[in-house]
Amino acid sequence: MNQWKIFINGIFKENPIFTLMLGMCPTLGVTSSAENGLGMGLATTFVLIMSNLAISLVKNVIPDKIRIPSYIVVIATFVTILEMIMQAYVPALFNSLGLFIPLIVVNCIVLGRAEAFASKNNPLSSIIDGAGMGLGFAMALTMLGSIREILGSGKLFGFSLYPEDYGILIFVLAPGAFIALGYLIAFINKLKKA
Amino acid sequence: MSKSASTLPNMVITLLLITVAAGTGLGFVYKLTKEPIAIAKLQKQQNAIKDVVPEFDNDPSAEVYEMISDEGFTLKIFPAKKDGEIVGAAIETMSNSGFSGDVKIMVGMKPDGTIINYSVLEHKETPGLGTKMADWFKNEKGNRSIIGKNPATSNMTVSKDGGDVDAITAATISSRAFLQAVRTACAAYVQNGDVDSESTATTKTNNKEGGEQ
Repeated sequence: MNQWKIFINGIFKENPIFTLMLGMCPTLGVTSSAENGLGMGLATTFVLIMSNLAISLVKNVIPDKIRIPSYIVVIATFVTILEMIMQAYVPALFNSLGLFIPLIVVNCIVLGRAEAFASKNNPLSSIIDGAGMGLGFAMALTMLGSIREILGSGKLFGFSLYPEDYGILIFVLAPGAFIALGYLIAFINKLKKA
Repeated sequence: MSKSASTLPNMVITLLLITVAAGTGLGFVYKLTKEPIAIAKLQKQQNAIKDVVPEFDNDPSAEVYEMISDEGFTLKIFPAKKDGEIVGAAIETMSNSGFSGDVKIMVGMKPDGTIINYSVLEHKETPGLGTKMADWFKNEKGNRSIIGKNPATSNMTVSKDGGDVDAITAATISSRAFLQAVRTACAAYVQNGDVDSESTATTKTNNKEGGEQ
């Protein structure tokens, strides 16, 4: 398959959030602001690229029966590395995302791409697939985070758009995440059909 | 290269190799990031101290001492000195009555307990509600601000409980926890601290008891 197609596939046609509906837990949990959404998206992108690369390199060595535990060990290793690096070099972002970083291990997108793509394709395609899927995920999270931040607290990436007192509080809370995500998916589906 | 078969020795060896590689990688990164992580944490603490106490010329984190509050929390007290005189202290205090998890704050106080400033270190309160505590109690609007007030002489509880401080809208529990942490810090520092003269310490005790009734 054409590499560009693989890349675009993850962002639009098979966007993990809008089409595959994978990884909903971090999606709903961290997107209370655009910045958190973007940070989580990029963190997941890093893990996706690294784990896809590692798994496509060792795919022939791993016997079929133990492939899932092997993938999880590989993914967990990269997540822990990422956690330590973030804690060391971007402590501010780590403070707001810290709780959700270890959850990337069980994010179905990462394991899903390892199983569905990296274990069947060459390293280059796997990296590109990881980047496409990761950026698609980051884009979806940033969109959702922006919507919730604008409606909920009148800000975007921390810049004030209107006085915070007029914000619709529910969008910052968990129910607002479901409402915003539902409308966003409906809107994207409409666009796709049109 | 053909796919290796799922025989027992194959599986054992593969899993062993993968975990060894993962462990080695993790150990290496841990060693690499250990120091920056410690520095980042220290930096955060230093910044919080600088934010909450007046100018000082000693090293508060070198003179830190710990104190157990009445509630059983361990408080860290960083005394700030200028030309050998104590100008105040940054007190790392906490409360476990927040909406979710512990609320950890750093409060700066003059030796008599007057609050200079505060900084929220760690909490898991609701985003958009309890999280407002980072600025809310510095705001001059209404009775929100606790800056310049003294928990020992004023009734530092939320107005709903008959106190002098306006709680964060829709986050009374977080506000209570926050103010409790402030009171804990004041109680420990002003009453038990050896920095204060005997007489002031006694009056503070009386005042505090009066305030809590």
